[in-house]
Amino acid sequence: MTQPNPVTLPTPTVAPAGKTPEQPPPDASKPIQPSEIRKFLQERSSGRVVDGSFGGLMLVSALSIFVIVALILWVLVHDSQASIHAFGWRFFKTSNWDPVNGSFGALPFIYGTLVSSFLALLMAVPLSLCVAIFVIDICPPMLRGVIAYLTELLAAIPSVVYGLWALVVLVPIMRDHVGPVLERWFGWTGLFAEPNFGVNMFTASVVLAIMIFPIICSISRDVMKAVPIHQREAALALGATRWEMLRIAVLRNARIGIVGAVILGLGRALGETIAVTMVIGNHPDIVKNLFNPAYTLASVIANEFTEATGDLYISALIEIGLALFLVTIVVNAIARLLVWAVTRGSSTRTA
Amino acid sequence: MISALPERSVHLERAIRVRRTLTNHLVTGLAVLSTAIVLVPLVAILGYLIYKGASSLNLAFFTKIPAPVGETGGGMANAIVGSGIILAVASAIGIPLGIAGGVYLAEYGRGGLLGNLIRFTADVLNGVPSIVMGIAAYGLIVVHFKFSALAGGVALAIMMVPTITRTTEEMLATVPHMLREAALGLGIPKWRTILSVSLRTAMPGIITGCMLAFARVAGETAPLLFTAFGNNFWSFSLTQPIAALPLQIYVYALSPYDEWHRLAWAGALVLIALIMVSVTLVRLYANRGVIKGGH
Amino acid sequence: MGVDIRVENLNAWYGQVHTLKDVTLHIRANQCTALIGPSGCGKSTFVRCLNRMHETNPIARAEGSVRMGDVDIYQDATPVEIRRRVGMVFQRPNPFPSMTIYDNVASGLKLNGYRKKRVLDEVVERSLKQAALWDEVKDDLRKKSGASLSGGQQQRLCIARALAVDPEVLLMDEPASALDPVSTAKIEDLIFELKSQYTIVIVTHNMQQAARVAERTGFFLMGRLVEFDATDKLFTNPSDKRTEDYITGRFG
Repeated sequence: MTQPNPVTLPTPTVAPAGKTPEQPPPDASKPIQPSEIRKFLQERSSGRVVDGSFGGLMLVSALSIFVIVALILWVLVHDSQASIHAFGWRFFKTSNWDPVNGSFGALPFIYGTLVSSFLALLMAVPLSLCVAIFVIDICPPMLRGVIAYLTELLAAIPSVVYGLWALVVLVPIMRDHVGPVLERWFGWTGLFAEPNFGVNMFTASVVLAIMIFPIICSISRDVMKAVPIHQREAALALGATRWEMLRIAVLRNARIGIVGAVILGLGRALGETIAVTMVIGNHPDIVKNLFNPAYTLASVIANEFTEATGDLYISALIEIGLALFLVTIVVNAIARLLVWAVTRGSSTRTA
Repeated sequence: MISALPERSVHLERAIRVRRTLTNHLVTGLAVLSTAIVLVPLVAILGYLIYKGASSLNLAFFTKIPAPVGETGGGMANAIVGSGIILAVASAIGIPLGIAGGVYLAEYGRGGLLGNLIRFTADVLNGVPSIVMGIAAYGLIVVHFKFSALAGGVALAIMMVPTITRTTEEMLATVPHMLREAALGLGIPKWRTILSVSLRTAMPGIITGCMLAFARVAGETAPLLFTAFGNNFWSFSLTQPIAALPLQIYVYALSPYDEWHRLAWAGALVLIALIMVSVTLVRLYANRGVIKGGH
Repeated sequence: MGVDIRVENLNAWYGQVHTLKDVTLHIRANQCTALIGPSGCGKSTFVRCLNRMHETNPIARAEGSVRMGDVDIYQDATPVEIRRRVGMVFQRPNPFPSMTIYDNVASGLKLNGYRKKRVLDEVVERSLKQAALWDEVKDDLRKKSGASLSGGQQQRLCIARALAVDPEVLLMDEPASALDPVSTAKIEDLIFELKSQYTIVIVTHNMQQAARVAERTGFFLMGRLVEFDATDKLFTNPSDKRTEDYITGRFG
């Protein structure tokens, strides 16, 4: 403490350099008294009331999300009471849908929805993963932007446009070209049997696959990109080939998120309405033959709601809507949790 | 002293190496092939749509209402106007609610339980099939007001709110916290800080989010099937059934008349054009960065 | 023109972490007071308690007495009222990018509802002159955005913005640490000019800077105020061994 301090202390009275001589001292140039500004600010209210009301307004608006869910649930539950009371659980176990004679069995729609979604996933998931791998690793950087743009475009095309295209272009192709080939090679399985008019379960599954491809692909891409690069480098440094690096470092780490992406695609497929209605044939059959027309939960509502006569009919359709709502909520909740766990909640893609 | 490796082990090593290389090439080829499989039909779809639509599009499409069955000519002018009215109603409800909800999540509800619940619910709501929204609007509005533009607008608004809430929140989260601190440090109350600093800085991104939501609901058909219901004539009333572009396309596509098919293609092209414009604008904006100013 | 600040037994927490422990000191009016200490010692937290910015973090808490003049800033006033009397300049320049230079400087007034255009013009000019930025930007006031200036200019813009509301106290949290030496020198000149009109508290990592501009200096260590004294005495003859160790570079 008695040692001289090694820090040399310049005298504080050294006039600071760089002060421009033509700059007048601040006091002389202003005609206004400083206290005017101070007085003004002191007299302003601190805005507590406005702050509180503003915050309250924002909160109420955010709570509207819950209100929306509540309203949807209320309508669905309330207006399906007639059907629930009339049929109970039999509604989902019987397959006789005959509104004219008053019998409502929803099993064919469950079958149609599940099979078409499953087939769509079967076709879309491998393709999505391959394209995702291509984009994140193999693809030259220039092409990356183009593919991303095209994928977004694909995701944004409205359902009715897909349906129109499928009706006019895909259905004849399925009927005249793809159908006979499938029947010749795989007809022995019983899945592909004549007659085939093009509007059937298979065509609908193909359209669904095209529609859910973008969402599975882009979210898979997101979760794969979220894998830290040092994992990839570590694998490569050990001498792994590209595929091995992807398998060990990327896919393994991202697999939870990829599962989430697939489930999100499933959620989208379960609820897809318009494009499916236009090419599935709208026939409540439960058969193995994929060339047979079919019917999904969403399609029957779209197709028959406006012509439904009688409260029981409408109520039955709304009960189907309730089932669809609950199923998609559960599926989407699971998917979002999985994706969130991997990407920490940053993705809000609805495409 | 290194002893020579036994012959068999050398062969094994080579075989493993070959297998690994082949697998690698196979997967690479698969990935490239898949991309081609996907891209080629996509481009074909778009090309076909544009071709069919362009050859069906004419001025009458934008100015006339549908002609009676069997006659040619006619257009979808009433559907375009109808969509406009429905979308105006939907935006008037959906955009303010959505932005305000996003403001809450970003400025007040960052880490709390309520904020996370709202966020999660909004995300899940985004995955609900749009036809369910139609049923909800039917049960709430149509039973009181009959099929109407109002009901259609409400159905679409319900779809817009969760989307806009989340995109607004994301855009506000990109505003650096330092800016808010600077404003608060000046004695500016929180509400004013949110309006004049946070919202003002994030506004381009927020507008983009609203545009995306708008384009998305503009193409929706299912929620309008039994709310707006459709109308073959002019209608400007909020409490009457009204035509909408996607709805009209749907009905015409399923009809057996060639003339109506032609109109459906033209309408599809208009919708695609709208979508392409908004997606392209969003991409352009995203590449320019969020905050303007600066070098 | 400035006002003095008396702090007694100030304690602050971030969640469970006790970041400030029983800090007591008296900052004199119209002087520059420097606060030094190693990273994480609490000096930034302390300064943020002086204008209640500490509270903007939802898990933050403060207890104790801070009197500015004759007002206890925690009991007798709201945070907004205090912050209008206290200006703050942050470590990294943060001008509002969506506003012009003019609007940036005037923001403290305009966004608080002040409308008189003539007075605003004069205030903007005066503040920019005080911040030694006027000559460089006077032709671009309404054309360029606040974020289009260089780093040093941006920081001076932030100083002008803080001065425009005519505060009684100016808090500066390492204002030159992100800047090049030329800009740093300019800002130190500014502080020298301004301290006769305002009470200035500056947090700095740079001991030479403290020695250059401040009359009194406080040394913080692990949340406590170890020593607080006239600058020359602190640097040439510190009373506490810990202060001496820090100054001579044994740690930090």
